[in-house]
Amino acid sequence: MNVPENLRYTATHEWVREEGDMLVVGITDPAQEMLGDLVFVGDVQVGRRVGAGEVAAVVESVKAAADVYAPTAGEIVAFNEELGSKPELINRGPYEAWIFKLKPAQPPQGLLDAAAYRAAVEAKKEAP
Amino acid sequence: MTPEPVLRKTPLFEAHRARGARMTAFAGWQMPLHYGSQIEEHHAVRRAAGVFDVSHMCAVDVTGAASRAGLRRLFANDVAKLVIAGKSLYSCMLNDEGGMLDDLVATWLGGERYRLVLNSATAERDLAWMRERAPEARFEPRRDLALLALQGPAARETLWRARPAWRAATEALSRFFAAELDGGVFVSRTGYTGEDGFEIALPAAEAPALWNDLIEAGAAPCGLAARDTLRLEAGLILYGEDADERVTPYEAAVGWTVDLADPARDFIGRAALEGRPRTRQLLGLRVLERAVPRSHMKVRTAHGQGEVTSGTFSPTLGVPIALARLPAAAAPREEASIEVRGKWLAARIARLPFVRFGKEVT
Repeated sequence: MNVPENLRYTATHEWVREEGDMLVVGITDPAQEMLGDLVFVGDVQVGRRVGAGEVAAVVESVKAAADVYAPTAGEIVAFNEELGSKPELINRGPYEAWIFKLKPAQPPQGLLDAAAYRAAVEAKKEAP
Repeated sequence: MTPEPVLRKTPLFEAHRARGARMTAFAGWQMPLHYGSQIEEHHAVRRAAGVFDVSHMCAVDVTGAASRAGLRRLFANDVAKLVIAGKSLYSCMLNDEGGMLDDLVATWLGGERYRLVLNSATAERDLAWMRERAPEARFEPRRDLALLALQGPAARETLWRARPAWRAATEALSRFFAAELDGGVFVSRTGYTGEDGFEIALPAAEAPALWNDLIEAGAAPCGLAARDTLRLEAGLILYGEDADERVTPYEAAVGWTVDLADPARDFIGRAALEGRPRTRQLLGLRVLERAVPRSHMKVRTAHGQGEVTSGTFSPTLGVPIALARLPAAAAPREEASIEVRGKWLAARIARLPFVRFGKEVT
């Protein structure tokens, strides 16, 4: 399981990286692995204000659709347009293929470090 | 809470694990879903060759002095039209109400011998039904066999590279014909992908070697996920999704398999089928927006509502497609809409198949 140490994570399988006063958000390697081949990434509205945990994007694989949540309240300021035509970039490199950038209204609360996220994924695997 | 049932393993289980397959539970079996990318596996089958483990499906040998008469009563298609030994036929098996109990392939092996291949989830129920309704025939499930499907435009050459000794017998096979080879090997020129290819039944102990040799000869190992996108593009129904006991063959795009030619052949379900009004049909659907249709999503047409029975993203066409049960008056090329997560998206009704022999069908 590829979970880099330098990122932070949500229990809902987003990764978060700080970039200046912005948060860059994507989905994790275990998430893309569970979804399988992605075919659509979208529903991101640049300029929209979202609350913490609100749906900010939708990713869809051949198998299933999944919501991508805002890690904290703020304004969506960018969408990675390249994913519109090449959703498979997320499968190839989930930590390079960011989905949206968020200008946080407040610092994110309760993000997990790599070890805690890894433990959360393992715990879910073992659950019946 | 009921305990989770133990999942069955095919003779290729270890081979799948060795190739890093992502496994999934399907109809009580542990089956490979994909080996990394289901879309790449899909393209391999459309462009060259891929091999699938389909050992969860159940081969059944039918014997006995009256097996032909029994199968003519059990199946909606007529095995009497199999006049050359080795010829196969696709049929539905119906209940007394004309609803589909299963769809299957039957091959006449000469005399009173037939080989059936049943869907895995329905095999036990089918066997009980056939034994009850055709007691004069003997039905022997062949769980000692493994089943492989080798599919794609290069399937034939791939098989001959892996098993040169099988070439003579299999090169002569026309589509929908099968041959019995030495050592209990049974090869039919059939499939579930819309491509040329073979389905091979062989003793379980020999399956891993054949599996590995076919991959060595150039076939991509493919899982159930690619099998599903391939069969959907090919407009082939999946029993349990696109058809069940509440659905007649006419409502599942397989009405062409119902053989009414012999008025004296009183197959099970015939009377009900002939008396039942046809209000629904199964057609294709192309979604014109960026969302993948899933089963049970609602569809609106100019003639009333319907629903998606199975849907996917078509790797060949690059668009979302579905099979949908629609009002009988609906027709290909008409506009429709589909409800996805609370929104009605534009779609167009399409005839089936979407793809045949690697090419878009328009």
